[in-house]
Amino acid sequence: MLRNRRSLLVLVTALLALSLFSGALVVSGQEQSTLDLVRDRGRLICGVNQELFGFGYLDPETSEITGFDVEFCRAFAVAIFGEASSDTLELSPQTAQTRLPAVATGEVDVLVRNTTWTLSRDTEAGLDFGPTNFYDGQSIMVRAGEGLETWEDLDGATICTTTGTTTEKNITDQMDERGLTYELLQFESTADTNSAFMDGRCDVQTSDRSQLEALRAASPDPAAYYVWPTTFSKEPLGPVYRQNDSQWADVINWTVFGMIQAEELGIDSSNVDDFLRQDGESDDDYIARVGAQVARVLDADLGLGGLLGLNNDFMVEVLRQVGNYGEVYERYFAADGPLPIERGPNELWLNGGLIYAPAWR
Amino acid sequence: MTQRTSPPHHSAVVDVGEHQTIPLWRDIRVIQAGAQIIFAIAVIAVLFVLVNNILNGLAAIGQSPTLDFWQRPIGINFNEGPGISSTDTTWQAFLVGLINTLRAVSVGLVLATILGIFVGIALLTPNWLVRNITQTYVEIFRNTPLLVQLIFFYQGVFRALPQIRNAATMPGPVYLSNRGLVIPAFHPTEVFPLWLLYLVVGFVTAGFLWYVRGRFQTETGQPGYQMRYALLAIIGFAVLGWLAVGNVPWTVELPSPVMRELPTGDMVIQRIEGGETISPEYAALVVGLVLYTAAFIGEIVRAGIQAVSHGQIEAARALGLTYGQTLQLVVLPQALRVIIPPLGNQYLNLAKNSSLAIAIAFADVFAISRTIINQSGQTIVPFMTVMLTYLAMSLIISAVMNWLNQSLKLKER
Repeated sequence: MLRNRRSLLVLVTALLALSLFSGALVVSGQEQSTLDLVRDRGRLICGVNQELFGFGYLDPETSEITGFDVEFCRAFAVAIFGEASSDTLELSPQTAQTRLPAVATGEVDVLVRNTTWTLSRDTEAGLDFGPTNFYDGQSIMVRAGEGLETWEDLDGATICTTTGTTTEKNITDQMDERGLTYELLQFESTADTNSAFMDGRCDVQTSDRSQLEALRAASPDPAAYYVWPTTFSKEPLGPVYRQNDSQWADVINWTVFGMIQAEELGIDSSNVDDFLRQDGESDDDYIARVGAQVARVLDADLGLGGLLGLNNDFMVEVLRQVGNYGEVYERYFAADGPLPIERGPNELWLNGGLIYAPAWR
Repeated sequence: MTQRTSPPHHSAVVDVGEHQTIPLWRDIRVIQAGAQIIFAIAVIAVLFVLVNNILNGLAAIGQSPTLDFWQRPIGINFNEGPGISSTDTTWQAFLVGLINTLRAVSVGLVLATILGIFVGIALLTPNWLVRNITQTYVEIFRNTPLLVQLIFFYQGVFRALPQIRNAATMPGPVYLSNRGLVIPAFHPTEVFPLWLLYLVVGFVTAGFLWYVRGRFQTETGQPGYQMRYALLAIIGFAVLGWLAVGNVPWTVELPSPVMRELPTGDMVIQRIEGGETISPEYAALVVGLVLYTAAFIGEIVRAGIQAVSHGQIEAARALGLTYGQTLQLVVLPQALRVIIPPLGNQYLNLAKNSSLAIAIAFADVFAISRTIINQSGQTIVPFMTVMLTYLAMSLIISAVMNWLNQSLKLKER
């Protein structure tokens, strides 16, 4: 009996200690900046899509996840560690459902998964949003030749969409405003939604226009489907991180801004070395040659990366290994590529688009 | 045995007990009670710390649980079951999800039980072909995952039906396409409740007649024709009620196709209006759950029948009962005692497995909760609500099955 009592006491004490200790762990995790956490771990965990051709897509031939959004994950890893390898960057595939809790709970450090910046997500879900890297809008895909080209044509249609997205709310608003009847069917993943549409379970598939174009391009017969050229919602897509972590937010934001700034300055992966300081070149000579703006982005002494807690010249490797914003865009959405998407709102502000970086100084 | 004749060792112990009281800390009852109290306190303390930790953690990432979101509009629209429109509250959407779950589970339980009984009997039939076909069915459905079966039934069967524009029209009129099966709908009129009353009286009379004719059969040994009497009573009162209420108790709404002109000038069916639609999602879920669970119930029924002593069957045959009568009057009533407890487990499984509906886009309570979680940004509260809902459903099923078990148990007198 006495032995039982003793072991019981030991057990109880151990349990109490364990729970208190785990409590302490969580609290300290809250206070540490994600940047330090990532550095201690030696690896960045980036949440991505693996189903969306062009943005984040698990290529069945190479078994690698590639795409426009994934390039930004690589850029962040390069900015922190100087290289993006399997050691320094872990791509964590997320579904539309799992992605936001994954960020809020710290399962991923940053999420770049065509995620729309909305007020309620920004406030209620415990998240903060980085600079928009792709301006998208919701659109409609139908079968070609069915004459479903205006909202009125959609009266009585069955509409398929993916649950866990803003699209289900947008389409509801549009149809309700026009007093149209319809049936909404929600699937767990984009692949399920698309297969239901292809089977004829629904007349309409609705999602972001870029996504619909990607699905159309990846289908066996792209000519059999038609994506409306118009959009009916604002879908600014960008990186997402946990809220109230200012230092981490700065690193993510200014890496994206750096890529935009580089395009504006005409620096890309092929010519970045021409803009670097040559051996023995003085500050004045260097600035006279490339300009003060370039020096503030690229130079090891004059660069401003140190203010972010990174190397002064962190953008050099980002540009070498990933490229500037326009380069990355052309890599996936070029007019002669598999998924042509016009730059439109994603042009630089200088060319009439919305892509704009704050002042790098 | 008295104190005097007991061995000296024992009496010594008793002497100590009589002369001095055992101190509290050495009293075994106090120690036992104390240990339990300490343990209970420790468990509560650990739980408290853990819950507190969760709440603190959630507050730190700005996700403190609230209940406000239940009153907000759900903002989406779906048609499954009672359906929901975008202005309805989140709470109403949850209830519609619950109703959809119950629609699938209730129909599933009834059909799985009926099919399972037939499967169990077929597994023991002397007919070689029937026995082997049933055996094959049971082995296939028992040994493959339900999720795989559900997705197969949804994508491979119900979605492979003709597209709506080529919808198969059957007499009725009934339309079958991969948008679902549309059948005529019955709408009760205002005299329907009155007619229902007649029907209830009919059923009560039928029950009474069943009992009386049963007594007659056991007492006289003459055939009682219970079924004929009972059916006659039900049909008689139904017709009588129809004539008495002076109006049709329901109207039938026939579905009709809505045509649309393609740019090429062809006319095709766009959708079917009116009628009652059984969606492919609902059909796939119910068919999947029923076939899967019935395979298990079939095995349970087989085991139950085999548990009945063979002498009972031989005795029944010796009395001249047919194979059917032997099953109905001798074997099944005794087999039921063995069948009920494991059957309850299968019912619980079916109810819980219905949450796999999320894989085939059926708007059940779990699928709706996932939408609610996404719309509200709240995770803990909707999940707890879903868990409590399933818990309540399972406990109710357990309670009913326990009651059934108690009432069928061998009465020992």
